[in-house]
Amino acid sequence: MIKQVSIFATNKPGQVVKVVDALSEQGIDIRAMCVADTQDFGIIRLIVSDSQKAKEAISSHKCIVRITNVVGIKIPDKPGATKKALELLSENKINIDYMYAFVTKSKEYAYFVMRVEDPEAAEKVLSENGVDLVTQEDIEKL
Amino acid sequence: MHNYYNPEVETASREKLTEIQTKNLIEQVKHVYDNVPLYRERMDEKGIKPEDIKSLDDLKKLPFTSKQDLRDTYPYGMFAVPMEDVTRIHASSGTTGKQIVVGYTDGDMDIWDTCVARQLTAIGATKEDKVHVSYGYGLFTGGLGLHGGSHKLGCTTIPVSSGNTSRQLTIMQDFGSTILGATPSYAMYLGESAAKAGIDTSKLPLKAGIFGAEPWTEEMRQSIEKSLNIKAYDIYGLTEICGPGVAFECSEQKGMHVNEDHFIIEIIDPETGENLPDGEKGEIVFSSITKKAFPLLRFRTKDIGVITHEKCACGRTFVRMSKPLGRVDDMLIVRGVNLFPSQIETVLLKENYSPNYQIIVDRHGSLDSFEVDIEMNEEHFSDKPSDIIKMEKSLEKKFKSALGIKPTVNLVSPDSIPRSEGKAVRIVDKRKVYGNK
Repeated sequence: MIKQVSIFATNKPGQVVKVVDALSEQGIDIRAMCVADTQDFGIIRLIVSDSQKAKEAISSHKCIVRITNVVGIKIPDKPGATKKALELLSENKINIDYMYAFVTKSKEYAYFVMRVEDPEAAEKVLSENGVDLVTQEDIEKL
Repeated sequence: MHNYYNPEVETASREKLTEIQTKNLIEQVKHVYDNVPLYRERMDEKGIKPEDIKSLDDLKKLPFTSKQDLRDTYPYGMFAVPMEDVTRIHASSGTTGKQIVVGYTDGDMDIWDTCVARQLTAIGATKEDKVHVSYGYGLFTGGLGLHGGSHKLGCTTIPVSSGNTSRQLTIMQDFGSTILGATPSYAMYLGESAAKAGIDTSKLPLKAGIFGAEPWTEEMRQSIEKSLNIKAYDIYGLTEICGPGVAFECSEQKGMHVNEDHFIIEIIDPETGENLPDGEKGEIVFSSITKKAFPLLRFRTKDIGVITHEKCACGRTFVRMSKPLGRVDDMLIVRGVNLFPSQIETVLLKENYSPNYQIIVDRHGSLDSFEVDIEMNEEHFSDKPSDIIKMEKSLEKKFKSALGIKPTVNLVSPDSIPRSEGKAVRIVDKRKVYGNK
């Protein structure tokens, strides 16, 4: 399980800067970022080296922050490798609310972050079928 | 347990109250006619002499007074006694124009202090109590008004004044404040701050609070009562008439008793000026019938309210007024529907949203747009946009059933709506750019 940090932002310039600024002040590394937006507001989602510290740092700038459990998986970085994991979820009727991917310096693996209704159930299905899970501890070490 | 400060007046029969009011009114009309040019001119214009006022029913023959009259006669034009007899000056904030200056004689100060002492007594205060005054001290009537009543009753008065929240909390704990006086929004803020500071309010000796000077709702009352672990009481007043204490809530918390021996309340139709009966919503009009330095007759408060003469379980016979339900000025007409910001606030508090909001009205073609910006909070925030859109839709439905028309709701981040220490700008009406009439 990965602890994703989500931030509520009104759609106006300077919102993301405020967030990344708060993190850099505290020496927190961003591993992945994804911004979901609608007409009026956006949600900034972050995978960071220290999610609790990130929450405190961003909250102190009058932002609404929440930590959400998301599923992280690690997949060999080659064509077709993602398919297996996604098929497993669909066969088990697990709906993905949203997902995003990131890579690291090593280029050996691609990492996926998935938001599902029941992360425990998804992790069980994936790990029992040989998909590598990524934990918050792994993220800290990346 | 019912306590009265002046039991003979507070529980007098309607006949007795009418007798007191009639006597005071007749004297006051003569006093203003003899001493204030504005009254003399207005009454002469209408062909009314002080002798024509013989009963309470004759009150409606008298002309109204308004805030504009007070601005036109600024600063001392409405004073009815020589300045040597004026021992105190107060002034209203002047957010909507030139400030208003009012004066008090020694006797007027005693009337004011008595009115506030009645409230304190009604909520169970005695000499044993420590009254923590967090209203601002100065020209504003809140601080010195509660201060005077507390002093009159013989309570230990703690004149903290407003601001410096951590110091307020320290004083509350160390000095053992038992009764708090503050604006309701500040009381809510104190409650939140106490929780943040890890103070267990159930262990504090604080037991009650008197809150006024701005509109607040039943939901805010519940929130204050919970966070500070006290009973929260409403007080009504306005600088022009006296200051806090014109009307006060008793232990029943079912409306505010008007101090009728000193003030007469009327409810009128704001359009026609006709008097309205008990139970009907209209503009609140006050006459101060005993104060000598700055007596006002038939002052239109622009507050909307309702009165009832029904018997109160506390035993007081003074007429009760509702919380002001809105301002004649604040009343917003959107797509032909009358709205008050307080209605929005009620929905927000019920749904556990912050009462910091802004209403934005605009006109596109011939159609009014109606938007409400509301602060997102941690409790409601979700990382899925679809959840947030659902919340907005659900709030829109709640507003529709409370107001009769549906706004567009936007959830916004907490720093997007300007917070104000005084009166927040709740309404942005952009329609005004389309001409004056």
